Formats: sequence, structure tokens, C-alpha cells
Amino acid sequence: MSGMNKQGRPTSIAGTAHGGTHNTFTGNRALELEEPILFELDNPGACGVDLDEPEEFTSRLGNFERHGRIGLPSVSEPEVVRHYVRLSSKNYSIDAGLYPLGSCTMKHNPRLNEKMARLPGIGDLHPLQPVQTVQGALELMHELSHWLKELTGMPAVALSPKAGAHGELCGMMAIRAALIARGEDETRSRVLVPESAHGTNPATAALLGYKVDAIPATKEGRVDLEAFKAKLGPDVAAIMLTNPNTCGLFERDIISIADAVHEAGAYFYCDGANFNAIVGRVRPGDLGIDAMHINLHKTFSTPHGGGGPGAGPVVFSEALAPFAPLPYVVHDESGFRLVETEDAAKADGTSPFGRMVAFHGQMGMFVRALAYMMSHGSDGLRQVAEDAVLNANYVLASLKDDLSAPFEGPCMHEALFDDRFLKGTGVETLDFAKAMIDEGYHPMTMYFPLVVHGAMLIEPTETESKQSVDLFIATLRDLARAAKSNDKDRFLGAPYMSPRRRLDETAAARKPVLRWAPPAPKQAAE
Amino acid sequence: MRYLPLTETDRREMLGVIGAKSVDELFRDVPERARRDGLVDLPRRKGELDVERALGRMAAKNTPAGSVPFFVGAGAYRHHVPAAVDHLIQRSEFLTSYTPYQPEITQGTLQYLFEFQTQVAMITGMEVANASMYDGATGCGEAVLMAHRVTRRRKAVLSGTLHPQYAAVVKNLSDFADYELEVMPPALPGKTEDILAHIHDDTSCVVVQTPGFFGELHDLRAIAEAAHAKGALLIAVVPEIVSLGAVTPPGEMGADIVVGEGQSIGNGLNFGGPYVGLFATREKYLRQMPGRLCGETVDADGNRGFVLTLSTREQHIRREKATSNICTNSGLCSLAFTIHMSLLGEEGYKRLARINHAAAVKLAERLAKVPGVEILNQAFFNEFTMRLPKPATEVVDALVEKGVIGGVPASRLLPGVPEVEDLLIVASTEVNTEDDRAAYEAALKEVL
Repeated sequence: MSGMNKQGRPTSIAGTAHGGTHNTFTGNRALELEEPILFELDNPGACGVDLDEPEEFTSRLGNFERHGRIGLPSVSEPEVVRHYVRLSSKNYSIDAGLYPLGSCTMKHNPRLNEKMARLPGIGDLHPLQPVQTVQGALELMHELSHWLKELTGMPAVALSPKAGAHGELCGMMAIRAALIARGEDETRSRVLVPESAHGTNPATAALLGYKVDAIPATKEGRVDLEAFKAKLGPDVAAIMLTNPNTCGLFERDIISIADAVHEAGAYFYCDGANFNAIVGRVRPGDLGIDAMHINLHKTFSTPHGGGGPGAGPVVFSEALAPFAPLPYVVHDESGFRLVETEDAAKADGTSPFGRMVAFHGQMGMFVRALAYMMSHGSDGLRQVAEDAVLNANYVLASLKDDLSAPFEGPCMHEALFDDRFLKGTGVETLDFAKAMIDEGYHPMTMYFPLVVHGAMLIEPTETESKQSVDLFIATLRDLARAAKSNDKDRFLGAPYMSPRRRLDETAAARKPVLRWAPPAPKQAAE
Repeated sequence: MRYLPLTETDRREMLGVIGAKSVDELFRDVPERARRDGLVDLPRRKGELDVERALGRMAAKNTPAGSVPFFVGAGAYRHHVPAAVDHLIQRSEFLTSYTPYQPEITQGTLQYLFEFQTQVAMITGMEVANASMYDGATGCGEAVLMAHRVTRRRKAVLSGTLHPQYAAVVKNLSDFADYELEVMPPALPGKTEDILAHIHDDTSCVVVQTPGFFGELHDLRAIAEAAHAKGALLIAVVPEIVSLGAVTPPGEMGADIVVGEGQSIGNGLNFGGPYVGLFATREKYLRQMPGRLCGETVDADGNRGFVLTLSTREQHIRREKATSNICTNSGLCSLAFTIHMSLLGEEGYKRLARINHAAAVKLAERLAKVPGVEILNQAFFNEFTMRLPKPATEVVDALVEKGVIGGVPASRLLPGVPEVEDLLIVASTEVNTEDDRAAYEAALKEVL
């Protein structure tokens, strides 16, 4: 039997389980609305655009005219708008709450950047319209290059890579091009990658035909310098190292590492995914790095967009600068020029290794990143790194007694925990993360880096207030204590309150359904 | 600074909890030599208004495509994007969410990816599509690598119909990954490319673009047959995805992998990026596919839901054994594509294609009348190539002076190829009016 509330009405429907929730007729739950797949909204005759049939003309399609139905559904504009608004309500977002994904840098995305990207003089430019009509666009690229070079202390930059992993590929191609130029490409076949690296690092090296050799870590979560030196040899092409590393720690020996790499005749590739921790305070160029990509969607706040688009410009040392790919912008007395062919580059005295992209890169991301940089300025960017590091250390210090931290602080921009605090509770990292969802948080990065057991990598970023971080800390503390006091169900069935409960990923992979298909017509009875 | 919520009081309190005297102490692992005490040599912070002024000043130096009669294509096309598209993709829940690794709270993203995959498979005439690639050109490179995996061969043949910068991207990737490549000379419209003679027992794949770089529509059937007879795959590249509303899809002509540039649907020109790569194939090759895939499943309560699936192909699981090093896709651009395509629907998509074709035909008919101009194409969609009586670059520059942006000189992308010196590639879409076409005709007459 349900009780009565202060208004004398039932507190829940009789016979329902927890908290008065019951099955509604629609499957909806107030603001949370179930939504069919677009194709199920098909209403032949409806249309979301008004386009007039062209006047009579003579087709020039030859014998290539498309016949038959494609299968696209017919839906009016209000229905399309409602459909996608309803879908949007099933997403967590940084605008709605703290998004502590370590290594992903989910920071505030300023709307000014969106506004700037939509200026017709930027958004409505074709990459191949005559260069005299896009001088301001080339100036913008040139200006962005200047900021990236100053912030990293590196003399050259390739803007064109489309994402972080694409930037890695670009950097490693430049390294290989330099080795080819030195005549050492055949002999240098090994790339050293720490065990804690992002998966893209070994995947990139392997794509270029390199043998990937793992570097062990010390108990302090950093590269083991002696073990690393022992791995160096005349067959090593490069090291790929993330700094600050994926445990959220600064590689203390990085200058010694760089010196050893260079002494061995190899190059130093740095994964710049965590540049946010040091921007304005440390310049990679001062650490002896030869190439580093910068995820504009991390450090420089371009929106992650549910998984892209990103942008991954790469900065280069003097040694690699001549090999930077096409295209690039040059400023001289005639204005801004786009060097986009090998001939033009030769005339310019460079030897680009080739081309990563058609056109010139992610201009829409360039303008957003530049707007962000200009907004912060040199002083604000330094503050970004400091506040990001401060917030992470505050999380680490506040939670190290309730959770378990594998490494001593200070950390940089992210705090790493492992699952020792869950030992004997029957709760695993995954369950702990799913319970965070019910508490209104996106989980942290889980099970990465691979070097600690049941990893939980928390990156609050600099755009969280103390109040917000305090609430987050309190929530994690409550959850940790609940796990330890045998409140298991809170975790094992979590999430309970999200638009969907845990999804069956095994079934999805076993028999993949990757597209909508019309329901099979019912078999006629024999 | 407006984006940084911590106050000096907050910072002091937090340092107290940490047990550090200053923020500098938190950076103590940085080698002394690399610590910077002062600011980098860049301007100080700016308010919104000042940033708007600075960027607005740069923007004002450009000529937006929409401000003049505009006929530039060659891999990126100016189309009208319905207002609802840009509004919806800017919803915080789409714009500021991450890759949907936590499916319980990212069903919005996952479901539209599922819809996107379905739309792409349908329009290309293929069985399955992934959740997008960076763009058409890099997708093309990934398609070639995939064909090498499927066939266990290492040599690709690139048709001269392929966009030269796409070819450059593939060449770069092939060179560095130590694969072989045969690149055919530019396939000028009106001339037959003898690609069949280049398909051998060691050929992994043939890459053909339609509409081709010069706007010509190409028949893929004979190439598919020849490729399959030798155990090779046919990769079809579609740079203008609106074309498939009117033109036989590659899937119906025997293509094994279709790569498209999806920019035309839902996405602006953006000076070359971000765009959205479409990637579709046959179901039997699914496990060799690069990129993210979204699949349908059920949750613990038995309700339909979606997840990223088959991720054992991907780098974060497989590391050096992954099918590709790619981590991201082009999420928000694929959302724009999906929403625009939803608004168009079957009828709208087909009609948009007819309007585009009509626009190009009308323009070609007008320009063909200008003395000295020869249209080279037999069959085309919304883009064609014309031979001019003088170098195309000069003509384009002179047209700019007359306030018309008239196309892409083939020589910009094929420098040092004498036979393309006088060729101009011209595109026309639904955004061009009869006045635009008249202005082009008049200006061209004047400058020739």
C-alpha cells in the first residue's frame, strides 16, 4: 500500500517497486521521452524542405540515371526537429555537468568560438577559391601557427592533420622522411612506446611498418630511464612518449630521455594530448622534443561534438621542419600565399614529405581555437594550466584516503586511482563508474592507462569551479564508502535512472545490426 | 578570465587541502631548465568584443562564396543548408558531449549514428556503412588499406578520374606504409581511360571517382567485373554526395567499397574542413572496416538501444594490431548530414539532385555559346570542365576582377601538366540563380 503525501494524494502507485516508478503506457517518463528510429517516422507525402521541380531541361546524365526507391523516410520539419531534440535529451554533456574523462580534457566550449566560426567571411569560404579572395583566411591560419609555435617553442607547424591520431601519423611520417633523407630508413625499424601509451601510438607506428617495442615503467609511474637507455640502439627510429604521461605525471627525466634519444640518432615524438597541463608554463621545445601533435579539441576547447571533428596540428623541431607536409601558408611582401604543390615547396626551399589531407585542414577548428587563445592571452593560458593542475591535485588530495592512488602526487592535470579500494567489496571499477551515472556524473576514464589495475583517470579541467569539484569529491567519497559498507546493489545494477540500463555489448558484436531495416512482412499462414 | 571559475580565495583554500605553498610546487617535477617564470611572448587576454573585432577584421578581407556568383567545386560544394540543421547541432547535448563510450547516457549520439549509417548505406547502394571518417580523401586512403587487408595484396591502381589531392593522400599513405601504387594520368573528359589493362593478378584494388575530378560520370560496371575477375576490389569515390539522388549508385555498379565526401549535405564550405567522410562496404568485409561502428542491441530491461560495436578492430583495444590508427570520427558533421538528409527525405533528396543537375546543364548551355569555349563532358551531374582559349588561371583571376568566382583551374591541382593548362572545372548547384549564370556568361565573354 502506498502512503499519502501532504496534499492527501498517493505517494506512489500501489504495487510498484522503488520510489514510486511504474511502467507508463507510453514508456515515457515525464521529460524523458522514448523516440523511434527516424525510419519509423516515415510518412509518405511529408517533406522537410520545399524545393520546386526545375524547369524543363535536357538531362546530361547519359545512361546513369538512378531508378527505384532509395528508402529514405519522408518527415516534415517539425517532426525532424522534435526527433533530434528528443535524441539530444538522452546525452550527457559538458554544458550540463562535470565530465571527468581523463585524457580527453572535457572543458567548457565557449560559444564565442561558435559565433566566430560562422562568420560568412570564414565559414562560407571554399578551399579552392582564388587566393586573392581568401587573404584573411590565410592570415588566420598564419596567426594560429604563430600562437602554436610560441606556446610550444617549436619553429614549425603543420596545421592540416584532422585529429590527434592523424597528427601522430603526420609527426611519424616527418620522422621517417628525415631518416630517409639521412639514408637510415632501412636500418632504423624500431619505435619505443611506453606501456602506458594511448592505443593510437602503437597503431600509428605499426601503420608505418615499425616494430613497436614497449618501454617499462618505474614504480613511480614514469619511464624507467635505465631500462629505456638499454633499449636504445642504432635500429631505433623514434620514441613516442606522452608528456605529461597518461598516469597524469610529468616525466621528470624527459630532458635526459631526449638527450639519450638524440645521441642514439633517433627522434623524439611527443603525444601532446595532455598539453593542457603545461600550456603557458612549459614549452615542449625546451624539453628536446622533435614533433608533437596538439589536439585543438582538448587544450584549445573546440567542441568534441559527440566524437569529432577534431584537429591535430603538429609542431616540429628544426631537424624536422623542412619535412613538414603540404600545404602551408607563407607571408611575404605580396601577402599570404598557400604553398600547396611540391614544385612551389621546392622553390620555397622545403622538402615536404607529402600531403595528409585534401585542401588545408580543419579551418572551422582553427578559428575556434584561435578565438579561445586570443580570449585567454598569454596570461590566461598560463592560468589554464595552473588551474587544471590545481583542480586535479585537489581531487587527488581529497580522495586519496577513500579511493586508492597508485602513485605519489603531485599529479598534473589528471588524478589516477586504481581499484585497490574496492578489493573485497564485490564492486568493480565498471560498477563504480556506472553508479556515478545515477548520481548525475559522466564516469571518468576507466581501465586506462593499462599499467594500473582497474584504472580510474579523473580530469576535472580548469573550467570547473571549486563548488562543482567539491560536490564531485563528496559524491565519490559517498560512493566509495557505500561500496565498502556492502551497499552492493547500488553498483551492480547501475545505472538505474539513465535513459537506458546497461547495454548488451556482447550481443551487439556477435550478430551486428548496423542499419535499420524495414520489419519483415508477416508470413502468410500455410 | 571569464572561462576560469576559480578565485584567488578558492586557490588558496585548495592549496591548503593539498598541502602545497604555491601552484609552483605542483609543477616541481618539471626539470628546472624547462620551467618558465614569465609569460610567453603573446598578447594578453581579450574580452569578447575585442576578439570579435580581431577575427571580424580577418573575415572581412575574404570574399564569402555567398556574396558573388560562385561556381567552385572540385571536391567541396556550396549548398543551401536548412536553418534547423545548424540550430540542432548546436544543442549542448550534441555539441559538448564526448564519444559515446558510456552508452547509457549517450543514446542520442548513438541513435543518430545508427540513422547516419543507414542513410549512407542506402544512398550508396551498399550493405553497411561506418559512423564516418575524417573526410573523403582520408577515407579514400583508409579504403585502399582495407582492400590490402581483404585481398592480402599490396598494390592499388588509382584512376585518373580521382581528385589529385585524394590521390596525393593515398600516395602519401601508401609510400609510408610501403605499399605499391600505380597512378594513372589525368582522365580528361571525352577520352577513354584504359584502366582495365592495368588490373593484374597482384592488384589489390582499383580506385575510380564518379563524378570524376573533371565532372564526368563514369561507368563502373566493366571495371568492377574486370577487378573481380582478378580477385581485386573496386573502390568507388563520390566527392559530391548530392549526385546519388539522381545518379546510379556505385553499389549498383559492383563497387566493393564506396567512399564519399558528405560535406554537401548539412555542412558548410568552411575553407576545407571539417567535413565528413562516408564509408560503406559489403557485409562480408565488415570486420576489415576502419572507423567506428554503431550497432543495435538491448539493455538490461530488454529495451532497444545502441552501442559502439566491433571495437576489437580499433586501436584502443588492439593497439598495434588495429585495422587503423584512427580514434575519432566526424561526429557533429555526421549529425548535420543526418539531419539535413532527414529533412530532405526520399523526394527532397532526389529533387535537390535534379535541381543541381538542371543548374549545371543550364550553365553549360550558356557558357558553350561563349566564343572560344568548349565543354568537354559527355555525361555530368553538377560539374563540368571547359576548355578555354587561354590559361584557366588567367581567366579565373580576370573573372574575380569582374566579381565572379568562376571555378577551379585544373592546373592548380595538376601543376606542370600541359594538357590541363586551359581547363577550368565549373560547378553549379541549387544556390546559383539565373542571374548568377547570366553574370558568368557576360563576364566570361568580356575576359576572353
